[in-house]
Amino acid sequence: MQLSREALLRAYRQMKTIRAFEDRLHDEIQAGEIAGFTHLYAGQEACAVGVCEHLGSQDYIVSTHRGHGHCIAKGCDVIGMMKEIYGSREGLCKGRGGSMHIADIGVGMLGANGIVGAGAPLAVGAGISAKGNGTVSIAFSGDGACNQGTTFEAMNLAVVLKLPVIFVFENNHYSEHTGVAYAVGAESMAARAAAFGMRAEKADGIDFFAVFEAMRELIDYCKAGNGPAAIELDTERFFGHFEGDPQRYRGPGELDRIRAERDCLKLFRQKVTEAGLLEGKDIDALDEEVMALIDRAVVEAKAAERPGPEHVVEDVYISY
Amino acid sequence: MATKMIRDVIVETIDAEMGRDPDVIMLGEDIVGGNGSAGGPEAIGGIWSTSTGLWGKYGSDRVIDTPISESAIIGAAAGASLSGKRAIAEIMFADFIGVCLDQIWNQVAKFRYMFGGKSRCPVTIRMIYGAGFNAAAQHSQSIHGMVTAMPGLKVVMPATPADAKGLLTAAIRDDDPVIFLEHKALYATKGEVPDGEYVLPFGHARQVTEGDDITVLATGLMVSFAETAARNLAEEGIGCDVLDLRTTSPLDEEAILDSVERTGRLLIVDESPPRCGLATDLAAIVASKAFASLKAPIEMVTAPHSPIPFARELESAWLPSSDKIEAAALRLMSYRRG
Repeated sequence: MQLSREALLRAYRQMKTIRAFEDRLHDEIQAGEIAGFTHLYAGQEACAVGVCEHLGSQDYIVSTHRGHGHCIAKGCDVIGMMKEIYGSREGLCKGRGGSMHIADIGVGMLGANGIVGAGAPLAVGAGISAKGNGTVSIAFSGDGACNQGTTFEAMNLAVVLKLPVIFVFENNHYSEHTGVAYAVGAESMAARAAAFGMRAEKADGIDFFAVFEAMRELIDYCKAGNGPAAIELDTERFFGHFEGDPQRYRGPGELDRIRAERDCLKLFRQKVTEAGLLEGKDIDALDEEVMALIDRAVVEAKAAERPGPEHVVEDVYISY
Repeated sequence: MATKMIRDVIVETIDAEMGRDPDVIMLGEDIVGGNGSAGGPEAIGGIWSTSTGLWGKYGSDRVIDTPISESAIIGAAAGASLSGKRAIAEIMFADFIGVCLDQIWNQVAKFRYMFGGKSRCPVTIRMIYGAGFNAAAQHSQSIHGMVTAMPGLKVVMPATPADAKGLLTAAIRDDDPVIFLEHKALYATKGEVPDGEYVLPFGHARQVTEGDDITVLATGLMVSFAETAARNLAEEGIGCDVLDLRTTSPLDEEAILDSVERTGRLLIVDESPPRCGLATDLAAIVASKAFASLKAPIEMVTAPHSPIPFARELESAWLPSSDKIEAAALRLMSYRRG
């Protein structure tokens, strides 16, 4: 562990912000406050943060339908995100995108995506830009997207063009409602990526430090001009595919077990306190700060300006 | 002015824009060709000869030869354009839109809208389309109707070498995504092309012939068919106002309505099957906005509701023709209200 106290606090704060954001959305959706389809990222925080803590605003990420965590980890404004999910005109995307289409090009976040597997080719394109800038492009995908042909095309093209693209496969064990044991024919996603001719690794996706260290190596490897890489992160999804999913596919006690034994925030706290790097009170203070931020985000989102019919047809084109 | 073929105008225009703006890049299958072969790069130079010499001049980082992966081509062009580049993607046959439609329809077209107006995706997607080469059902289609129906895209269909230059320059410089459709049967068409800087703004139809009896609307290869028909009809004393739409999105509604208000008769020629296409769309616009001007039912000369056949006789029967246009014009002129 080479992280400074500030870096540790920051990483925990990011992970906690994602967790609190998602837990609160779960409650707000249950209360009928939010429209549309929402896919929560809770449980996978160590993946997004373990990757994005290495990145600056000049690095690019492309995300998925389960994108809130990637957005927060890459630096999107949390209050702007909450306003967006509430459909406000003050939202990051003026209320036109919603949960599945949050983007903030200025921080290098090239968009969540409602189409599973659509992001990987876009990340390859960002890799073309990154190659010229000395930065990297990250394609976040799940175990569902790893079966899309677009992902295969993207991996091959990135190898052919030797681009600094890292394909991050977050294996949360479910493609929507279907188990990965059924849907992924290969031995593993990492093995499949390796077969495309790129360096591929695996890491424990609930261990922030494992993700962070593996990504450090892969980013250095890509920036050195070695072409793309891939990593498969074994992680957990604490909620359903979408909010409202009855999750009948889960085994008895499965959710209780993963929340008790495979919680990346608990693991982080345990590791840093046992190693004497942070104290429990440091973490408690961050928890309070984050909860206050999320409370404020919801209050502001509920009070924020609503869009009107006059806003339907705008930004379709820059000029027309 | 110099006389040039459309295919040469395309490569010269891309060359000029790549020379002018270092962010312009190009991607596509075999646009270099020969990579990984004994013949070496540029053994082919693009199967349409629309990228010849560009790789040698600008190198592999800007003229990017890709595998046969249309989704990755469009996705990579889009991702590069979202992050600061100005990409030109080539889809060798427009029919292949079937394997990259998501990237065009759900991604490129919608970014700016979904992202709150904060993104810019200045990608130009060149697609080679059209029938007339006996290339059968999967290498001959026109896809302009489909993409014109998609908000967020601009759709360009040049019919002359001069327009190819002016419109392609505008497409590459445009900050919105543009679908640029090149008819394969027009590549060898010659015409006068202005020298130097030449940019044609979108949404302005070209007046091909003038006449007071019938408004004829056409795009791409159909423009020359309409022009031939108009010449023959003029000998019979029927004057046609042939408009080459140049861009179907944005559409020059004003020019169309002005002409119909003058002629009172509308004939639409479209190289597509008849349902839910450009012809029905134009007919609907005119019927709803210039109904009182119409002296006869609108005539539409389109392909039939069938895939495109292979055999020479079948393909030419499938395509609109100047004969079919003339016959429709005569029906229009002889129409009398019952």
